[in-house]
Amino acid sequence: MIGLVSYIVFFLILSLIFGVAVLGLNLQWGFTGLFNAGVAGFSAIGAYTMAILTGPARDAVFGGFELPFVVGLIGAMIASGIGAVFVGLATLKLRHEYLAVATFGIAVTIQLVCLNWEYLTGGTLGLIGIPNPSKAWVDGPLAQNTLYLLVVLVVVGLSFAALERIVKSPWGRMLKAIREDDVAAASLGKSPERVRLEAFVLGCMLMGLSGALYVSFIGYVSPWDFLPILTFQIWTMLIVGGSANNRGALLGALIVWGVWTMSGFVISRVVPAEIQAQGGAMQAVLIGLILVAMLLIRPRGLIGEELHVSRHARS
Amino acid sequence: MILQHIADGILSGAIVALGAIGLSFTMKMLRFANFSHSELLTWGAYSALVFVAFFSSFGGIFDLTFGPFSFGPGLILAMLCACVATAIIALLLHRFVFARLSRAAGHMTMVFASFGVALILRHLVVLIWGSDPIYYSRELQFAILLPGNVRVLPDQVFLLGLTVVVVIALHLFMTRSRTGIAMRGVAESPDLARASGVNVDRIITWVWVIGASGAAIGGVLYGMTVQLRPELGFSLILPLFAAAILGGTGSLYGAVLGGLIVGLSENLSVMIIPTTYKPAVPFLLILAILYFRPEGIFGVRDT
Repeated sequence: MIGLVSYIVFFLILSLIFGVAVLGLNLQWGFTGLFNAGVAGFSAIGAYTMAILTGPARDAVFGGFELPFVVGLIGAMIASGIGAVFVGLATLKLRHEYLAVATFGIAVTIQLVCLNWEYLTGGTLGLIGIPNPSKAWVDGPLAQNTLYLLVVLVVVGLSFAALERIVKSPWGRMLKAIREDDVAAASLGKSPERVRLEAFVLGCMLMGLSGALYVSFIGYVSPWDFLPILTFQIWTMLIVGGSANNRGALLGALIVWGVWTMSGFVISRVVPAEIQAQGGAMQAVLIGLILVAMLLIRPRGLIGEELHVSRHARS
Repeated sequence: MILQHIADGILSGAIVALGAIGLSFTMKMLRFANFSHSELLTWGAYSALVFVAFFSSFGGIFDLTFGPFSFGPGLILAMLCACVATAIIALLLHRFVFARLSRAAGHMTMVFASFGVALILRHLVVLIWGSDPIYYSRELQFAILLPGNVRVLPDQVFLLGLTVVVVIALHLFMTRSRTGIAMRGVAESPDLARASGVNVDRIITWVWVIGASGAAIGGVLYGMTVQLRPELGFSLILPLFAAAILGGTGSLYGAVLGGLIVGLSENLSVMIIPTTYKPAVPFLLILAILYFRPEGIFGVRDT
């Protein structure tokens, strides 16, 4: 019984951490229509910043400032945000598929830097020994994980509440206006370029936050955690849950991560040992099938966008 | 040294060009960035492996190799069969995924779907053939020494020759045949082409067949001169997009020139940046071209 509870806690931590990144992507794609295919790259920036700021000092590698957890989280968001400003300025004038190709390339480049700039990132070995704050407070893995789940829940709750407020604010309505017709928005005196950049940077900060929560939980960071497949997983979560709906984003994270871990469990039990190595490939095929099937059967997602009519128009 | 880099650049550029032709055509004529196109190279290469095994089981002339090359008639036949197999895969994907989506929702939905299709195709290769590198043949080859101390393998000469033949054949097809001319019409304006009596669905079938065949040939040539591995196509995504965007989508010569530029700049880049950063070069090219000339070298700016 305890085993199941620990497993559920573990599962919830990871799916909610992904959920933070999905919320960020939802702000970019769901509300603003920005096709960011480089989610893994911005998560990686946050993850490595967290590792550098809070990790232990080590020889021949930069960082190890042993700063508090919260400083690490804020630092990770700032670093991803700064990265996003540069990327956004260089690419946001591109539309749709060109933006997708460019951001995909950025993620590949960031992963290469993580892999090769040993002084900053520890190279292929990554950085280990990143402290998990819950370990300083309570003993025992289950208590520690439960505490960390609470931390993650607070972060997700704050992000969710902030995003709900943002998208219902005048600025949020402007996002949708730009998504639907940026020429019309510009003709009303709005600045689509500026607003797109703001939404892009905010979304990327959430992706960085997600990466930071992830490394602090698992205790190390390695370049192999930020391959393009992570981007595809986050996208699948958003599409399954329903884009332009923050509840949908979180629901998608839970469902897709649930399918991923359950299929991994089933494969480890059912598939013969000699082809276990291929288990990951089966999971990836399954995620691909879910994405394609969802787009064919229910493109708006499980709970898609709620359509609003202006209260001025209604009366 | 620099001459060797140029030779290697032209050779890898030829493979990129073969893949980029199809990507460029689908981007222009079906109006979506197909992230799964590069997986067609992988499937072309691996399906040829099946046909190679099939033909070599007959023995006889299929055991022979041509002069200095590592392959014989078996691989040539297998390559043709791989083109057919890959074209069938592409048409099935079009029929059951992309065509349905393009009617139902916007073209961005097709881009998401291509993410999913790419995941499926790539990992099916791992499931079927495993993740270890495979070779068509273990035949040893002796490098040819060209002037300037440049070494090339006979297979690489074949690669370049076949690419030239394919490009010339496509050039003749696009300029001389009614289908080719209609295809260029669809690239310009599908509505106008339809109004002029062009069967747009048939042209789209041709786009997939040509794109998939080019990808299959590129994949087989990659397998022949490098190796077969499941990430073969995936590692070419950015080079293919760079070549297609560089040349201007929808342009045959653009894709070929784009492929050569990508191949050359990747291989020449190792003279100024560490080799480990080589995969980022196509991305820098994409950024540069999108910034300065978004319509590409041969492209026409969409209005």
